[in-house]
Amino acid sequence: MDTVQLTIDNKPVVVKKGITVLEAATSAGVHIPTLCHMKLDDLNIENKPGGCRICVVEVEGRRNLAPACCTEVAEGMVVNSHSIRVINARQTVLELILSDHPADCLICAKSGNCELQDMAHQLGIREIHYKGEQSTYREDTSPAIIRDVDKCIMCRRCEMMCNEVQTVGVLSAINRGFNAVVSPAFEMNLDHSVCTYCGQCVAVCPTGALTEVDQTAHVVRALSDPDKTVIVQTAPAVRAALGEEFGLEPGTLVTGKMVSALRRLGFDYVFDTDFGADLTIMEEGTEMLNRLSRFLEGDESVKLPILTSCCPAWVKFFEHQFPQLKDIPSTARSPQQMFGSIAKTYFAEKMGVERDNLIVVSIMPCVAKKYECGRDEFKVDGNPDVDYAITTRELANLIKLANISFDRLPNEDFDMPLGESTGAAVIFGTTGGVIEAAVRTAYELYTKKPLPKLDFHELRGMDGIRQATIDFAGFPLKIGIAHGLGNARRLLEKIESGESEFHAIEIMSCPGGCIGGGGQPYHHGNAEILKKRQMALYQEDSNKKIRKSHENPFIIQLYEEFLEKPMSEKAHHLLHTKYFDRT
Amino acid sequence: MTKIKTLADLRKIRDEVQSKIRLRENSDHPEQVVQVKVGMATCGIASGAKETMKYFMDELEQQAIDAVVTQTGCMGYCYAEPTVEITLPGKEPVIFGFVDKEKAEEIIDVYIKRGELIDGVIPLTFRTIDD
Amino acid sequence: MTDYKIHLLICGGTGCKSSESDEIKKSLKYWIDEANLKEEAQVVLTGCFGFCEKGPIVKVLPDNTFYVEVKPSDAEEIVKEHLLKGRPVQRLLYKDPHTNQQISDSKGMDFYKKQMRIALRNCGFINPESIHEYISRDGYMALGKCLTELTPEETIKEVKDSGLRGRGGGGFPTGLKWEITRNSEADQKYVVCNADEGDPGAFMDRSILEGDPHSVIEAMAICGYCIGADKGLVYIRAEYPLAIERLTTALRHAREYGLLGNDILGTGFNFEIDIRLGAGAFVCGEETALIHSMEGLRGEPTFKPPFPSVAGYLGKPTNVNNVETFANIPVIINKGAAWFSEIGTEKSKGTKVFALAGKINNVGLIEVPMGTTLREVIYDIGGGIKDGKEFKSVQTGGPSGGCLTKDFLDTPIDYDNLLAAGSMMGSGGMIVMDEDDCMVSIAKFYLEFTLEESCGKCSPCRIGNKRLHEILEKITKGYGEEKDIERLKLLSNVIKDTSLCGLGQSSPNPVLSTIANFEDEYLAHVQEQRCPSGQCKALLKYEIIEDLCTGCTLCFRNCPVGAITGERRQPHYIDQSLCIKCGACYEKCKFNAIKLS
Repeated sequence: MDTVQLTIDNKPVVVKKGITVLEAATSAGVHIPTLCHMKLDDLNIENKPGGCRICVVEVEGRRNLAPACCTEVAEGMVVNSHSIRVINARQTVLELILSDHPADCLICAKSGNCELQDMAHQLGIREIHYKGEQSTYREDTSPAIIRDVDKCIMCRRCEMMCNEVQTVGVLSAINRGFNAVVSPAFEMNLDHSVCTYCGQCVAVCPTGALTEVDQTAHVVRALSDPDKTVIVQTAPAVRAALGEEFGLEPGTLVTGKMVSALRRLGFDYVFDTDFGADLTIMEEGTEMLNRLSRFLEGDESVKLPILTSCCPAWVKFFEHQFPQLKDIPSTARSPQQMFGSIAKTYFAEKMGVERDNLIVVSIMPCVAKKYECGRDEFKVDGNPDVDYAITTRELANLIKLANISFDRLPNEDFDMPLGESTGAAVIFGTTGGVIEAAVRTAYELYTKKPLPKLDFHELRGMDGIRQATIDFAGFPLKIGIAHGLGNARRLLEKIESGESEFHAIEIMSCPGGCIGGGGQPYHHGNAEILKKRQMALYQEDSNKKIRKSHENPFIIQLYEEFLEKPMSEKAHHLLHTKYFDRT
Repeated sequence: MTKIKTLADLRKIRDEVQSKIRLRENSDHPEQVVQVKVGMATCGIASGAKETMKYFMDELEQQAIDAVVTQTGCMGYCYAEPTVEITLPGKEPVIFGFVDKEKAEEIIDVYIKRGELIDGVIPLTFRTIDD
Repeated sequence: MTDYKIHLLICGGTGCKSSESDEIKKSLKYWIDEANLKEEAQVVLTGCFGFCEKGPIVKVLPDNTFYVEVKPSDAEEIVKEHLLKGRPVQRLLYKDPHTNQQISDSKGMDFYKKQMRIALRNCGFINPESIHEYISRDGYMALGKCLTELTPEETIKEVKDSGLRGRGGGGFPTGLKWEITRNSEADQKYVVCNADEGDPGAFMDRSILEGDPHSVIEAMAICGYCIGADKGLVYIRAEYPLAIERLTTALRHAREYGLLGNDILGTGFNFEIDIRLGAGAFVCGEETALIHSMEGLRGEPTFKPPFPSVAGYLGKPTNVNNVETFANIPVIINKGAAWFSEIGTEKSKGTKVFALAGKINNVGLIEVPMGTTLREVIYDIGGGIKDGKEFKSVQTGGPSGGCLTKDFLDTPIDYDNLLAAGSMMGSGGMIVMDEDDCMVSIAKFYLEFTLEESCGKCSPCRIGNKRLHEILEKITKGYGEEKDIERLKLLSNVIKDTSLCGLGQSSPNPVLSTIANFEDEYLAHVQEQRCPSGQCKALLKYEIIEDLCTGCTLCFRNCPVGAITGERRQPHYIDQSLCIKCGACYEKCKFNAIKLS
């Protein structure tokens, strides 16, 4: 390996050739502050526009200061990361950034979680010497995301996510000079754009410029209404991340504490979206097998590969970008919507509650779920199957609001019947999980034989696009997995051009899947956190007694009592959907 | 347009078109070429100066002599029109009178080409202010 | 083929065109027809003569008569008097401002005497829409020479030996740039011509493309041969329609002649050039921003390295040179590096084109050997300061250059001297200021430009320049404090030290150089709330001189805000707290009873 030797803050360092001064400094224990820079290792995601100029350092022999994040190390380089010139420049640049910022930290949604706030603290800014005009923009509210652009510091992370990672292309810098800002084209509102509400912009925004639409107040009001029965469902990825909001190690599973907290918040029933996930496998798995058998029988009209449809941002993505492929994805609704539909029919009937008096709240790692539950096709006479979808972060705020000491909560179990789930459902929360769950069920339904082993390691991991061939009793089932919409686009283009050989593809919008969702506790650019959450979900799966969706006893009961069989007319009506051309 | 296929082609075209702007090149440094000034006031024109000038232009070009042929106002020798002032590179100007076609031919052949003076030179009858 | 005996060259540059040079051409042709001179006189629309102050220009050859400020209606007289009778039209001749003498022959004009035209050699000389006229001036011979006699390495050596440095502002050695790009391994490389001229007042690149487009095409092909590229791109701002049109025509002719395309001159060398239009953002003159703009991305710079010569357009090695740099190349190849490097100073070879503007008599485009002093340019070529006023400062290097005082007038102009003096070469803008100019306002003016043109990517440039401008605004409004000067300096230095690209790294130069050279003016503003040049309106004070006021009430009646009070036939009085300094009273007073301080 080629190495170079350089000096950082009087300390000789030997590092790999080609890395940046920032990386070299980090390896030497020198933590140069950064603001716009963000790197998610293993996900191949990096934002380094070199725009904020906070990470500038002095390099001997150089006329001006060098941004550590973009400057490559060189042999014999002498770097000073905290000379008076550097400190003065760094503080002045930060003062400039702050001089064009509302500084309403006390009431900002991002307070306590804001990288700009932290930076002001770290650099000891006590006065802003250069005051002047501040940019003001119209606030842009959409069904899922709020843009408060006055707080934008032009780090461009959201833009990078939206364009390079997700290839959605809604957010980009517009205007020049002082008026430059990141915005949809022509400063139009997000809800007029092709935004998928994946929320990756929110996930990476260092300030409060991009946040989710906060619906906690609605939930509190519903909970305090004596006429309403309020039930809650929790998505699989939430339990692997919620603890972080209370200071627990990333990857700590807090399923039991979460259930107790929800019960203490006053929910009448605490259920699990995982039930909806098991149901999804029944429907989607059956649909997949139907298409496969028709394909094997020589039916040329059958559409393959089948694509998963759990992720609302992904659904909106192909409705905008690939409407010509809209009959390829499975028609199965997402677990959240299946749950809502069953709750407001089967469960409401069972409990004798009027539809209008049953409120369904979902806890999601996602901001797009807010948009999904508002879609017209998921309403009956204007009443939505799911009333409110709040994020993991919003749930944490509710728990704090209710004075609950999270770490001292006992572990409790979900309520029945809609709280029962399998290990297959749990792994829905990570990339590769849905297809693994589907394979577990489809294999047994297809071969009528029990699976020799349940863990499909070939489907797991963090690579953006993965593929595997599973032996279905002699039939090689070709599976593709993509997470991140840019990777999804690449697979879709292959399908369009006829190059795709896959029979089934799982697509999740967020890098890492739902564990990396836009509604999760902020990772602040630390990809390790995502990996730990992923590990936690596989852990939960292997701890489960039942790990195959079709073995969930309450799912079996649901079909016996209500739905008859997968893909029945009733199931079709309640659990499937259709897609729209949004171009 | 036919394509220029070789450097030789390009040179050929250059040589062909060069004459079109030779006048401009020469006027950029007139002291290096033969300067012919034809008196083209009313009297000169009436005596055929225009034809004389045209003859100079055509003939000098025909014989590939680098020259600038310009017109000038009345030189004051109305009796001897058409009058022509010839300046050879590095020499004093010389004025010829009664320059018709035949005389022009002689001027070109003898004075311009060989530098030998011929009859018909008008002696300077005035001094300029500068003198 | 007719060889005309008389050539009438009319400037067809953008400036003269907007002053009806097309009409003049039409009119001249009409009267030439009438006079039956069609066979003898040729009317040619050429590129810019550079003497824009007195445009439109008509030059009559072979006698070099130089007519200025010609109107279409003058055509008849020019034809009848000059062409027919040999009597130049006296009233249209250029008058020497010093001797007041009419000068007929342009060779006698001071404006041209000290100039040396290499990059502009064909501007105002040939018809830019005629490839023949370009070829007749040895056009494409340099390309032919390279392709048949020189290897790419030898050609690069020639360019290196010539000492030619980038004329766009950076001054990077051109040959070295070519060599680096040549040494970058790739399956595809590009030659890019930067025609995104953005400095306010600078228009040499436009003039070259309008007046001599083939020189750029030829040079780009030579560059392609040297670096191993078969594709060239000209990035030109859409606001240059005439240059685009001329370039498009020139490209078409070059293609038709096989001087672009495949197997050029039978040597197997292929080269093609496309035009890419820019939207006219100043920052797109920065090469990485230019490349992003060509790729369809937002025109903003990225960190270098990687330099375009390693990873440029579409990630491929790309050699970016500006128009003027390219225009020098064919001459260097034809006449040799030794000839070229004889001209200029030790480290700056050749000539440089400057756009003279501001309070100077001969506004226009000039080309002088490097090493010519500012004084020669301003006084000899530029004809001195307008209206006999006193010289105060000259600003070189475009909006981010510095303002130099009269102490620098004898500085020989080259890259290094200007830098050492606190300014820069830039792309060759040169703006002259006289005693009436307020240097604080000048600094503010330039910042307004960089403020508008900053891409907004990096914080110091986006916000810092805004804050600099706000402080200057405060000073010119009379609210400045002494510590503001210190603040300006501190902030300027941080902006220079931390900005991402050349724009931000140099944008505070006008502030720093005006503080360094004209601190007294700043102090007058902040200590006495006084603008020594009387330019800062907010600092003006209109007062009525009691002794002179007759009480005519004219000022009272004309004051738009009712700030003037007084009885008829009694001295009036201006309430300073109400006065908006519009100057209406000052204009109207018939008794000079209002004084301005």
